[in-house]
Amino acid sequence: MTDHVVLRVIGKLLIPFILAYGLYVQAHGDFGPGGGFQAGVIVAAGLILYGLIHGVAATQRVVPPRLVEALAAVGVLIYAGVGVVTLVLGGNFLGYGALDHSPSHGQHTGVFLVELGVGVAVASVMLAIFYAFASRKPIASGGGRR
Amino acid sequence: MDHHLPVLVVVTALVGAPLCILVRQPRVVWGLFTAITWSIAAMAVTLLLQVLSEGPVRYALGGWPPPLGIELRVDVLGGFVLTIVSGMAAVVAPYSLRSVEQEVDAARVHQFYAVLLLALTGLLGLTATGDIFNAFVFLEISSLATYVLVSLGRDRRALVSAFRYLVMGTVGGTFFLIGIGFLYVQTGTLNMLDLAAILPQWIDTRTSAVAFAFLTVGLSLKLALFPLHLWLPGAYSYAPSVVSAFLAATATKVAAYLMLRVFFTVFGQAVAFGELPVAATLPAVGLFGALAMSLVAVFQTNLKRLLAYSSIAQIGYIVTAASLGTQAGLTAGIGHLFNHAMMKGALFLAVGCIAYRIGSVRLEEIRGLGRRMPWTAAAIFVGGASLVGMPLTAGFISKWHLVSAILAEGQWGLVALILTSSLLAVAYVWRIVGFLYLRDAPSGAAPVREAPLSMLAPTWALVLANVWFGLDTRGSLGVATQAALGLLGGQP
Amino acid sequence: MSILAHYNDWAVIVLMMAGLYIVISTRSFLKKVVGLNLFQTSVIIFYISMANVTGAAAPIVTEPVDAADYANPLPHVLMLTAIVVGVATTAVGLGILVRIHEAYGTVEEDEIVRHDFDS
Repeated sequence: MTDHVVLRVIGKLLIPFILAYGLYVQAHGDFGPGGGFQAGVIVAAGLILYGLIHGVAATQRVVPPRLVEALAAVGVLIYAGVGVVTLVLGGNFLGYGALDHSPSHGQHTGVFLVELGVGVAVASVMLAIFYAFASRKPIASGGGRR
Repeated sequence: MDHHLPVLVVVTALVGAPLCILVRQPRVVWGLFTAITWSIAAMAVTLLLQVLSEGPVRYALGGWPPPLGIELRVDVLGGFVLTIVSGMAAVVAPYSLRSVEQEVDAARVHQFYAVLLLALTGLLGLTATGDIFNAFVFLEISSLATYVLVSLGRDRRALVSAFRYLVMGTVGGTFFLIGIGFLYVQTGTLNMLDLAAILPQWIDTRTSAVAFAFLTVGLSLKLALFPLHLWLPGAYSYAPSVVSAFLAATATKVAAYLMLRVFFTVFGQAVAFGELPVAATLPAVGLFGALAMSLVAVFQTNLKRLLAYSSIAQIGYIVTAASLGTQAGLTAGIGHLFNHAMMKGALFLAVGCIAYRIGSVRLEEIRGLGRRMPWTAAAIFVGGASLVGMPLTAGFISKWHLVSAILAEGQWGLVALILTSSLLAVAYVWRIVGFLYLRDAPSGAAPVREAPLSMLAPTWALVLANVWFGLDTRGSLGVATQAALGLLGGQP
Repeated sequence: MSILAHYNDWAVIVLMMAGLYIVISTRSFLKKVVGLNLFQTSVIIFYISMANVTGAAAPIVTEPVDAADYANPLPHVLMLTAIVVGVATTAVGLGILVRIHEAYGTVEEDEIVRHDFDS
């Protein structure tokens, strides 16, 4: 699809804003609708749009599959890690109050970190699903291998 | 750290999965997997002992007190099932090194262990939680991981079986979710103990009855209760050996555990067996299923598929025993949950040894293996004896208590069904033994060596456990009795 | 209370039964996935419509007020989780289907059974 000038130009215009909007939703989750899950999907949508216009190979040069797989794991680790840290600091699992001197500050830090983990995990899993489907070699339907 | 044990059991498995992905080296990942499963098993045993001596443990996640927050709650039954699940994972771990190297693509080994740990996370979380929606989430985590594990089998039929399992499992999970929705409409709470406190005043409403029906049917699909079992034979036959053994010993057991929770903790014995017709329907359904599936098992030509049908029959026994609604029945059901996990674990591991050496588990291919793989064949013989219910094995203890619990209810017809189905079990186990010992090896067959020690040792550990718990029932039925008392007493 | 007053329940029932019927009746694995999606969506509507409080606003509280003025936010949160489960199921299901198509050249149950499950 690389010869579609309109798609390429509009994509180049839109994708930075989509990614920035993803970061905004991620960071703003404390004060209004938003959070890691939505942000992760938005960021992944931006990258998938890039993939649709320039092809999977180009996207995989930007974000290699190995990195995506590792990031998905890191996201889960951030989430579980926050829980373990609160355990060590004397609270219950995911009891954010233990993270800071005052419980409300602790809640703030805790939710921010957990949402960050969720965002990283969701974005990379969405991208991993896209890679898994898009990088398969297509087979002519109908006949198939007999 | 002792009071954190309920959450640590689950979180250790959850942390292990991404670590496996990050590490990547197959051998290192296997070492990590083994270390994690063994430490979880140690924690689960500690937790069980703690619960046995001090009573149920409650844990408020995030420090939010229930019923507002999600709580984990482990009573004797929960601790027992946690021990079964994590113990099976620990036994399977040393076995998996060779078996997985052979059956799974080397580039995918680290993902295989990660998904196996996610399945374990789901099963453990589902057992530990005290919140019914949380239970649904863990149920789906374990199911999704299981679909993936089944699809990794070498035969292409594994893919079709995994897909059929996915369709039926998702329908079952969604039915369970609908049931939870009706409960929430009626009571406004999701905490199991809170539900138990509020539900009795609304039990006459149609909403509660509908909720109960949806929950029961959904869970029956997940635990493959006849006639909702269609996904199970394919899934167990074509999955990798390690997965078959692990699933047969744990997945359906945990679904049965959840069913007990719904019957006895959420609705309570008085309601489930007084207002709702559980005792009038489920025992007969379970036993008819046991009979039909044992009959089907006799005619199977694939060893794994034969054992899968036998599993469905055994699930029928468990459901029958538990749905009698008496303390004796419940004890027999929970005891059989444990004993069956050990017999099927041992048998599937032994069959995996055969698959490892000769690459097939069709009955014609195992002719005369008794002389060429003596230890594996002997393991199948003892495991099969336990499955039939020979005295001095764990299976006998199960059958004995099951029959006496039903006799106490005066249900002679059901006893006849059990005895018939046991005779059929003798038939199919004898068929395997006949092929192993009494037939000559096919002419021109390649020489076969005994399975490696790393696979034989876990198999025989489970086989010996079958004998041990056939002689000394304090660890199995003793705990099961306490678990049944805990469920019936409605103690928090 | 006319029958029409429960229009949300009717929507749920129609969607649920349509989804389940597709899952049971179709011989195409791909359509089964679509049916499952429909089935799960009906449950989401079921939960969301139960959270509604007549005349209440969206549950975004800006100042301390009476809780009865706002819809119940809990079912929405539960459904966020259920949607994730649904997406994961669809992804796994389609992933397995892609591999089935590679192995058999078809996703029609009848043809697959003819290939492999006859014996």
